[in-house]
Order: sequence, then structure tokens, then C-alpha cells
Amino acid sequence: MGIKVFKLPDLGEGLTESEIVSWHVAEGDAVQLNQILGEVETAKAVVELPSPFTGVVRTLHEGPGTTVSVGEPIVSIEVEEPGQEDGGKASGEPASQRQPNLVGYGAAAERNGRPARRPRRTAAAAGATAVPTAVAETVPQRARAAEHNGIAGAPAPGQTQDVPQLMPAAPVATERPRSTPPVRKLAKDLGVDLAQVVGTGDRGLITRGDVQNFHDAGSAAPVEAPASGTGGGWLAGAAEAETRIPVKGVRKLTAAAMVASAFTAPHASSFLTVDATASMELIQRLKEHKAFAGLKLTPLTITAKAVCLALGRHPELNARWDESAGEIVQQNYVNLGIAAATPRGLTVPNIKGAHRLDLRRLAEALGELAETARAGKTAPSDLRGGTISITNIGVFGIDAGTPILNPGESAILAVGAVRRQPWEYRGEVALRDVVTLSLSFDHRVVDGAQAGRFLADVGTILSEPAMVLAMV
Amino acid sequence: MSLPGTDPTGPLNDESYIQLLAPDGTRTASEEFDPWLEDIDGDRLAALYQDMVVVRRLDQEATALQRQGELALWPPLLGQEAAQIGSGRALRKDDFVFSSYRENGVAYCRGVDLTDMIRVWRGNRPSGWDPYEINMATPQVIIGAQTLHATGYAMAAKFDGDDVVAVAYFGDGATSQGDVNEAMVFAASFQAPVIFFCQNNQWAISEPVGLQAQGKLSDRAPGFGIPSYRVDGNDVLACLAVTRKALDHARTGGGPSFIEAVTYRMGPHTTADDPTRYRDANELEDWKRRDPIDRLAALLSAEGLLDEALRQRVQKAADEAAAEMRAGCINMAEPADLELFDNVYTAPHPVLARQRQHYERYLESFEAAEGGH
Repeated sequence: MGIKVFKLPDLGEGLTESEIVSWHVAEGDAVQLNQILGEVETAKAVVELPSPFTGVVRTLHEGPGTTVSVGEPIVSIEVEEPGQEDGGKASGEPASQRQPNLVGYGAAAERNGRPARRPRRTAAAAGATAVPTAVAETVPQRARAAEHNGIAGAPAPGQTQDVPQLMPAAPVATERPRSTPPVRKLAKDLGVDLAQVVGTGDRGLITRGDVQNFHDAGSAAPVEAPASGTGGGWLAGAAEAETRIPVKGVRKLTAAAMVASAFTAPHASSFLTVDATASMELIQRLKEHKAFAGLKLTPLTITAKAVCLALGRHPELNARWDESAGEIVQQNYVNLGIAAATPRGLTVPNIKGAHRLDLRRLAEALGELAETARAGKTAPSDLRGGTISITNIGVFGIDAGTPILNPGESAILAVGAVRRQPWEYRGEVALRDVVTLSLSFDHRVVDGAQAGRFLADVGTILSEPAMVLAMV
Repeated sequence: MSLPGTDPTGPLNDESYIQLLAPDGTRTASEEFDPWLEDIDGDRLAALYQDMVVVRRLDQEATALQRQGELALWPPLLGQEAAQIGSGRALRKDDFVFSSYRENGVAYCRGVDLTDMIRVWRGNRPSGWDPYEINMATPQVIIGAQTLHATGYAMAAKFDGDDVVAVAYFGDGATSQGDVNEAMVFAASFQAPVIFFCQNNQWAISEPVGLQAQGKLSDRAPGFGIPSYRVDGNDVLACLAVTRKALDHARTGGGPSFIEAVTYRMGPHTTADDPTRYRDANELEDWKRRDPIDRLAALLSAEGLLDEALRQRVQKAADEAAAEMRAGCINMAEPADLELFDNVYTAPHPVLARQRQHYERYLESFEAAEGGH
């Protein structure tokens, strides 16, 4: 005699709970194997529960209307002989006994707050006998690191020697040579070892002809691999034809952002080349002004101010596309993003409330932003919430390009290099400071005419800063 | 209002199909098909009856085991016993079956071990049996993909000059899959010895067949140049006779055939499904009157064959099979951790060996729990 407990199973695929609808039996009733005990309702269906045991119902753990988690006891049945029907799982089985984890069940829910992982063997204990004293001190640290990372990596020295080395030799040889099943079959039939065959197909694929040629050549002299490792033929003295760089960190984020932007916002671009000599002269005069003492003033500074001023007249470029709401959100403030090449990659921190800053404070903000970005200390909050961006491609000596929008924004302006170029000036050709502005905009949000007028305003400010008086 | 395709007077429900055994147990004579049933005497009729009862019982036991938490999932075949036993018993031992996941009745005919039948559904093994032991591939979960496998096998058999036939089992929903249509193109082009056995059980999960077929499924095959039959899938004798005829056709160089067995999935799609949410209860009542087992029982009674001895024998066989499946399920040994890597490739594979080594090292970083597993 013994009590067997029927625990609520996962009745669907991956369900976590069910509600008891009704019981068809009462405590004290005798039940047969597979007799319907009652009904439960899952998120998917109302199902009947057949009894897993023959015996007498002792306890109905929950009443109708109760929601029970998968794995909780629902019925306890007193059975005649221990070991009947369910293959001898003893009643009152120890709680720690491991239950088979069925497909779709996920890990068993924890009751005691502690994860049910088996305790970790400490690296110190495992490696103690083999580890020389000098190394032993480092072991606990390694063990802690492994524990912290939640991985079993970083085996202690000495431990690795116990692990059977299945592939002791060069790891490059572990990949099967690239070929196709019929070619592998041919190689097998001809007794050709594919590892010795050099593939001439696409990306080194071993073709039927390669195998045949190798075989016909009597496999006398292994065909020489393309001259790799000689160092002479490769860029930057690299030893290999290709170097594979894991995509992670900023590169990964940048890639995702670029793809998201380029393939959701239809980009259009406009270009404007202007004579910025007046701005360059203005910069020179301001540098001598005591209010700007010690501040870095560049064409970017003037452009940033020009963008803020032009946005006041053309706020449609300072907007974002809200797909879910089906709305265009026009932002009545400017968070001005500045693309920055940092040691970690491209970031676009923004200056919050740039429209409220006068030229001096804007110059200060630009200086701080660049310094912080270069030091890799940009706060995440400074990377969020931009409304429009500028990318200063001029610092690389570039004239123009088609920038990709910072995701969530509708315009980005690339400022080219300022060059002394022959330019029409007062009816004659003169050497002037010329700069090209490249504007990309989200054509869902901004029309070409709006973008054109905005770009023209920025150009006007750069070529004739005094025209600001006529704009604001 | 009736759902599309379920209108009992609609074109899909006309009973223009081959029927040798009416729902009331009346045996209809057929010049074309009776010759294929000449060996079916009283004993063989009783054996077909026993097969269907046992298979239904196994199906119910597996469903119960799922409700008791012993199986993760089960796809019931309730109502489709005649289609599966009739066709399954027509096959020769060296014919090869490529089935979906619901053909456990066919698997039973092929002689699959009852524990192996439920191994996958307990999540114990990625596949249940050695296909070459019983000449039946492990069930295909990808809808309709097995029709391509069957066609390829049949083409190979033809190249080899072998007279075996490949049989692909699939459902009405699978006929909408590209794979199935491609398989029929190849089968017809190469005149491959393959039978496309479609159990039209009226429902592709919650979608009635009328939503994806505006005409009879059996009418599609001639478009590929494949002769087809529409058979009462709840009539075990018709299923047996038609399959035998199609097998003979294929074996003697006649090429592929398509058989639409019109039947009904009386249960849910799987144990995770609730058919009452999408189909009319009256429909089930209608089909219960066409139950495949009841009509054979009626014929056996009329012939005076269904005596107490037979009833008891069949009952005993069903009980024993169910008990064997239950015991096999509950006592199924858990696979060892590293067995996961066995049988992935026939030959040693360095990448897999490396993964195995990593996993082994990972497992070694744990210490066995005290007194536990």
C-alpha cells in the first residue's frame, strides 16, 4: 500500500498552468487506470485527465476554479501494490529524485529559491594534485572567474592534460574540406583523401575534376597550396589571405542601426556647394574675441549653429516617423547629433537642447562632446533622443557623400572639407574657401522642396553669416 | 451556417468513392476490386478487425499517457484506423513506407516496437526506430516532405531493377505543399513505383479541406499524369483492395498512383489542440455513424464470426498491447548525456567530435549531486 501523487502535467506544448474545471471523482472513490478523474482547462483546451493509477482517491489537492502550476500535486491515490502500473516508482519518493524532463516542459520550476544546479567542482580540488605550487595560487581566482561568468571555461592548468585531445594537431585541419556529396563519394571510391586535394571551385570547393586530377596524378606530389604564409603577397604583411574579425560591440550595433535605417527610411540626398569664405573670416575674428577665448571654433561650429537656425524655419526636417502610431512627430527642440569616430567605432552622441545654445555655448558643447566621445566615456543617454545629425567628413579631407540617417531621425548633414578653390567672386574667378554640404533625408517625412529650402538656408548662413539677421 | 467544405451536400462530401463495406456493415460487390480480396476469409477479416481495435487502443493509451505527463505530445489517429490498417496490411515486407507523424497504425502493421513508437513523443530520442529493420522511415514532421523521399526511393528502386514500391502517407493539408506537387511531377516523369496515399481527414489542424481544395483531392493527380482513386477511407476492405491494385500497378512497371482515402480525424490534431473551438459537434456525430471499426464488426456479426471467443481474444490483444506500451513508456531508460552525439554522422566527424569534447568537459565541471541521479 502506498500513496501516489498525480502532478499536473503540461497538457499542451509548453503550458505552465491549468485551471481545475471539475472533478468526476470524490475522495474515497475507487478508480481504475485511465478512468477520467476530472477536467482541466489550459490556455489551449479543456481536457479530461485520465487516472495514471488504479486505487482509491485519497486527496483532491485543489478544488474547481483553482489555477494550478504544472508540476503541482492535484490528486493523491492510494494504490494496492507498490510498483504497479507505473513501473515501480516508489511512493513518497525523495523530492530530490530527478524526473525526466519532457519535451516542451522547460526546466522544472524551483520551489526553494535556489537553482537546482549540481554543485560545481572547484577547480582547486580538481587540479590540486597536478598543479605546481606557483600556479596553484591563481587557481581560485580562475575558478571564481568561471563561476562569475556562468561558464565552465578556463580550466585550471594541469586539468587540461586530463582531457582527451581528439584533435591534437593543427586546428585548421578539423574542418572537413569543402565539397559536395557526389564528390565525396567519388573520392571515397577512388581512395582519395580530400584533405590533400586543393579545390579550384568557388571559394575553394573541391570539384569532381579536382578529385579526378589528383587521382590521375597518382597522388604522387601533393599539389601546392596557394602561396600563403609567405607574407610577401598580402596586405599589411598579413600571413593569411583573409582575416576574420568577429562582429561585436559597436560594430555590431552600427551595422544593425545602418541596416535598420537604410531599409526602413527611403533616403534621398541633396548637395550644395557654397563659398564659405565669410564664415572662415568670421571664425578668425571670433577667435580673437575674449568671449570665445580658448574655445575651438571650426566650420562645424558655424554649421551646427546654422542648422539650428535653419530648423527654426523648416521644422519639418526635425521630425521622426512613428510607424506604430501612423504619425509624423515634429520635435520642437533640437537634440543635435554629431557623428564621432571613436576608438570603439562610430557613435553619434547628441547635444540636448542645441536650439537654446548661443554660438559660444554651442562651441563649448561640441568640444565636450568630442572629448568625451574620443575618451570612450559617452553616456548612453547622450546617444539617445537625437533629432537631427551632422557628420563632419571634412576632417578626413572628403568633399561629399551620402550619409545614412541616424535611426529615428529624418535628416543628416555631411560637412565636407573647406578648400581653397577657384570660384566666381564679384564677377571674377578668385580663390575662395569652398565647402560642399550633403544632406540625406527621410523622404517619407520630408519633401525634396523642404529639404532644398533647408539646405539653401544653411548654405546662405555659411556664405553670408550676416543674412541671419534676415532670418530670425 | 456550415464552414466551407463541410457542407454535407457539397461537392467534397459526395460519396462518389470506392466503397465495398457500407457503414451498416453491408458488403457491396465490385467487379473491379473483389478480385483483390479473394484471400480475405473469415480469419483474415477477424485479423483486420483485431488490428483496428488494437491500434485504436494504443492510440487511446498514448493519449492517456500524454494527459498523465508521460508523453510530451501525441497526434491521435482516432477514426483513421481503416485507412491505415487497410493500406498497411496490403504492403509487402520489402516495400518502404515514408509517413507523416500520424501513421502509427501503419507503423503497427510494419511491426514497430511499441516502445519505439512513443520514444520521440517522450522526448527520449530524436527518432524512434531503425528504418531498415521495418522498412519504414522515421515519421516526417515537415508537412509533405516525405513524398519527395518516397519518390526518390522509388526512382532508385527502378534504377536498381527492384520490384519494391515506396508508399508516401500524408494528409489533405500536405497536398497544398510544393514538395508534394514536385514529388508528383518527378514520380510521373520517371514513372517511379510510388503510391501517394493521402488520408483526407477533412482538417489540416483547424483548416477544413474545402479552404484549400475547391474540388476533390483525387482530381489533382491526373493533372500530373498520375492515375488516382478516391476510396472510402473508413472502409478497411476498400482501402486494402485499392492499395493492392496500386501496388501491383507500380510493381509491374505501371508507375505511380494517387489514393485519396476519405476519412475523418475524430480527435484533436494533437493533444495540444482543442477541435471544439473550430468545428461543429454535429460533424463528429455524423462521422461516428461511419466509424471504421463498427462497420467491420457489423459485417463480422452478420457473418456469424464475431463470437465471444473473438471478442475476448481481441480485447486481450488490445489490453496487452496497451500495457506493453505503458510499461515501455514509464520504464524507458533515459539516454546518457553524451549519446546526443551518437548516430549524427555514420563516420567520425571532427566538428562534432569537438562539440562532444566541449560538452563532456562542461559536464565534468559538475559534481554528481549527493544521493541523486
